[in-house]
Amino acid sequence: MIASEVVEERVQIPLAAEVLSEERVAYLEGLINQARTAAAVFSQFSQEDVDRIVKPMVLAGLQQAQHLARLAVEETGIGIMEDKFLKNMVATEFVYNYIKNNRTVGIIREFPESNLVEMAEPIGVIFSLTPITNPTSTVLFKCIMAVKTRNAVIFSPHPKAWRCCAEAVRIMYEAALKHGAPEGVFTCLESHTLQDNAYLMQHKHVGLIDATGGPGAVKAAYSSGKPALGVGPGNTPVYLEKTANVNPAVVDIIISKTFDNGTICASEQTLVIDHEIYDSVLKKFADLGAHICNEKETRLLERTVIDPETGFMQPVAVGQKATDIARFVGLSVKPDTKLLIAQIKGVGREHPLSVEKLFPLLAVYRAKSTEEALKVCIDVNHAGGLGHTAVIFSRNDQIIRKFGEVINAGRIIVNSPGSVGALGGVYNDLVPTFSFGCGTGGGNSTTDNVNIYHYLNIKRVARRTQAHMWFRVPNQIYFNMNAVENLRNFPSRSTIIVTNPALEHMGHVDIVRRYIPEQTHVHVSVIPDAEPEVKVVMQGVEALNFYEADQIIALGGGSVIDAAKIMKLKYESPDADLEELAAPFLDLRKRVVRYPTEKVHRARLIAIPTTSGTGSEVTPFAVLTDKEHGRKVTLADYSLSPDVAIVDPQFVMSMPKGLTADTGIDCLTHALEAGVSSYASPYTDSNAMQAIRMVFKYLPVAYEHPDDAEARCMMHNAACIAAMAFSNASVGVNHALAHAFGARFGIAHGRANALMLPHVIAYNASVPSKFMPSPYTQGYVAHKKYATVADLLGLGGHTTDEKVKNLVTAIEQLLDRLGFPRSIADLGISREEFERAMPELTKLAFDDPSWRSNPRMPLMSELADLFWKAYQGRGPAKVDSMPQQQTA
Amino acid sequence: MAMTAVWQTIDDERVVLDLQTAEEKLDGAEGEVVLDFSSVHRVDPSAIRALEKLVNTADKNAVKVALRNVNVDVYKVLKLVKLASRFSFVA
Ligand SMILES: NC(=O)c1ccc[n+]([C@@H]2O[C@H](COP(=O)([O-])OP(=O)(O)OC[C@H]3O[C@@H](n4cnc5c(N)ncnc54)[C@H](O)[C@@H]3O)[C@@H](O)[C@H]2O)c1
Ligand SMILES: [Fe+2]
Repeated sequence: MIASEVVEERVQIPLAAEVLSEERVAYLEGLINQARTAAAVFSQFSQEDVDRIVKPMVLAGLQQAQHLARLAVEETGIGIMEDKFLKNMVATEFVYNYIKNNRTVGIIREFPESNLVEMAEPIGVIFSLTPITNPTSTVLFKCIMAVKTRNAVIFSPHPKAWRCCAEAVRIMYEAALKHGAPEGVFTCLESHTLQDNAYLMQHKHVGLIDATGGPGAVKAAYSSGKPALGVGPGNTPVYLEKTANVNPAVVDIIISKTFDNGTICASEQTLVIDHEIYDSVLKKFADLGAHICNEKETRLLERTVIDPETGFMQPVAVGQKATDIARFVGLSVKPDTKLLIAQIKGVGREHPLSVEKLFPLLAVYRAKSTEEALKVCIDVNHAGGLGHTAVIFSRNDQIIRKFGEVINAGRIIVNSPGSVGALGGVYNDLVPTFSFGCGTGGGNSTTDNVNIYHYLNIKRVARRTQAHMWFRVPNQIYFNMNAVENLRNFPSRSTIIVTNPALEHMGHVDIVRRYIPEQTHVHVSVIPDAEPEVKVVMQGVEALNFYEADQIIALGGGSVIDAAKIMKLKYESPDADLEELAAPFLDLRKRVVRYPTEKVHRARLIAIPTTSGTGSEVTPFAVLTDKEHGRKVTLADYSLSPDVAIVDPQFVMSMPKGLTADTGIDCLTHALEAGVSSYASPYTDSNAMQAIRMVFKYLPVAYEHPDDAEARCMMHNAACIAAMAFSNASVGVNHALAHAFGARFGIAHGRANALMLPHVIAYNASVPSKFMPSPYTQGYVAHKKYATVADLLGLGGHTTDEKVKNLVTAIEQLLDRLGFPRSIADLGISREEFERAMPELTKLAFDDPSWRSNPRMPLMSELADLFWKAYQGRGPAKVDSMPQQQTA
Repeated sequence: MAMTAVWQTIDDERVVLDLQTAEEKLDGAEGEVVLDFSSVHRVDPSAIRALEKLVNTADKNAVKVALRNVNVDVYKVLKLVKLASRFSFVA
């Protein structure tokens, strides 16, 4: 951003094209038309075509660098020819060096690991304002960027730099045209009026305004309603910290501040020096050709080079030599003076020289401490330089970092000259540019060094990523009669057996004790016969702590095993917040909460199930009952999975009929839900399908002949196998409904599942009113999977529709055979009571994470509908709106 | 059904000339003009100007212009210069 514009363009550019003659409009339309056609034609060019044009343009710019520098100084009366020559070289050679191997056509970047590809889409027509301070270098830079990105540009140079800019455009255009660029790719407004600018800025065929100019122009660009790149004003603070290498620092500052007579807006404005080195630094400056002003001279400069009314620098001083300024204001300095240095005592309107001064006058400030120095730098930064550039000279990394933190500047230049450093590519690896984005602090949309990527629309082609899947189960599962003997293999100093009173009475605990190695201290923790609550769990944790347990044996149904899982969690990681860990999530791998990995204790968890249903002995889930709120809370994490599972049917021989039926149907529900889950994989399918077969064959036998050891054994294994499936594929809407209903009405988990099951299958087999968005879903297949189950069970049927119906009927028959109630009404719950509970039931079910893997995304109304179906009860299964193309 | 008044093959090497020839045939023509772009790989600004001129003349004569086998890149150029809507496209 350019000083003179700061002062001159304070007038707002009119936004509407108010007073343009017909001829002028025709002229501007001609420019637009030409540029638009060129840009359109350019869209056909390949990367090679473009690169073939760019190189000769760069060479032409290099060849004409001196000629253009001379023209610029002559026309503008600003700056130094030799420095402008260097700027033209940077704008061509350095920019080329940065862009030459960068792709700007077609695929420009690839990210194979994330299946993403970036592709370039040109902008079209760019309307570009260029400044008086860097006139030709900015034009060269923008022409090269435009061709590299296949855009056309209409230039509107600063009126006082029109001739040199027009010449730069001509040189670039001729070189481009000669090597195949489309005719009309660059044009330059013949003269510059604010109305012309306004007309073009608002033109519907202009895609982007690139405003390198004063605040008026930038504001007009941003207010035009068009996408715009703008630059902000600068006021560069420099901190010369006491650990800095002073000699090179002083030289760097002189290089930078005198470069092109200080016209680069990134150049140093106020130098803050630690007092320890202050005097020696000033002496160094004086030795190298700076004039250190005394108090009187400083006052004189304040009155003359700064406009007392606006507080901004006087435009006449911009880009003038130090000696000329001195002469102009009546200061006597040595003839070889390079730089004027004025000491200031603060920043702000009372200290006129603390503003931006785009000429070789540097304000200096003595800071008594680092703290003070940083504060003064912040003050300078906020006095008109937000988002632009700042400089620090220091060898203290901590102070450099702090400076970076507190100063708001797009470029923070370390131990090098600010102006040339900010241009990029010379002293550092910043992207070479002639437009400094100043972020929101400077009223811009970016803090970047504007570059080719700002001249492109970047399109991202995102290929579907193959979702990672897993199959995780405890690595030790012992099964079949007397598998409990394997407990001998687990040495322990102190073991706690968690169990229920009933199981202890039945003698199960004694059997277990028999196989625990002799030297082990064993304590039995009997928890109430109910689904676990936090209070119970915490009592168990106290026992674990008291006995300093290194092993937990959970002997019981799902309730006991789940309680033991949570006891272990709280014992090992006492700070674990159960409420937080139970927070809702959509995708296990992306969820917000993390289970603790830091452990105070370590205890092996061995699960010995005494029911054949939940499979909790291998699952990563634990269900807590929250009586206070009438809900169940599911904790899910593989760290909850038991270390060892012992699936020994001798412990289930004692199960009463009702429990056998309830837990058996829970097992079937697990397998069916895992089978149609959107997380299902061939690994889980094989387990799910096998479990379903075993349940249909052995559950009725185990129910009707509780002493049939084979049936008991097979059902016990089936529960564990189904659990391996749903541990990895999860469950579905059936469990969401059952959890809500079970918690609200105190119905056993398996029984609650049974009441929902036929209705849920019919629901899942129908075309979803809403598909579940999930990266795991590969089309809609639930109905076909049910049909596969029917085939597996030999249920007959020709179409998918028939097979699903047969499956539902077979399940209903099984439920009848196991003596299940046919409806919720049969449980004695009145319609009125159920109706009253409905809003809460649907809310609880919707909050339940179980359905997140359901093949059909349930709407609240559908959850209510399913509850009502379960209330009314099952009859002949009714499957509505089956998909049409079903011949399985 | 529209009568095909002019059928002109456009050569990739001489797009502008061929378009001018086609335009000349429009005077007093009726029905539809088919310009066969099968061999055209790219268009340049002069081709765009020639096409615009031709379609203006066609409009004056109430003749419809169909472009045959325009490749995707050229089609996009016509879209960008807002000329596409003035033609019909045939395969
Ligand atoms: N962690 C998981 O993966 C998972 C999966 C599904 C369900 N669950 C949860 O598990 C709990 C249900 O577990 P459950 O169905 O095993 O029932 P349960 O553990 O609640 O036991 C039910 C009753 O049966 C008794 N019992 C247990 N084994 C017996 C036996 N061998 N002989 C006689 N009586 C016996 C118990 O003492 C209890 O009174 C619910 O809280 C449910 O939400 C957990
Ligand atoms: Fe379950």
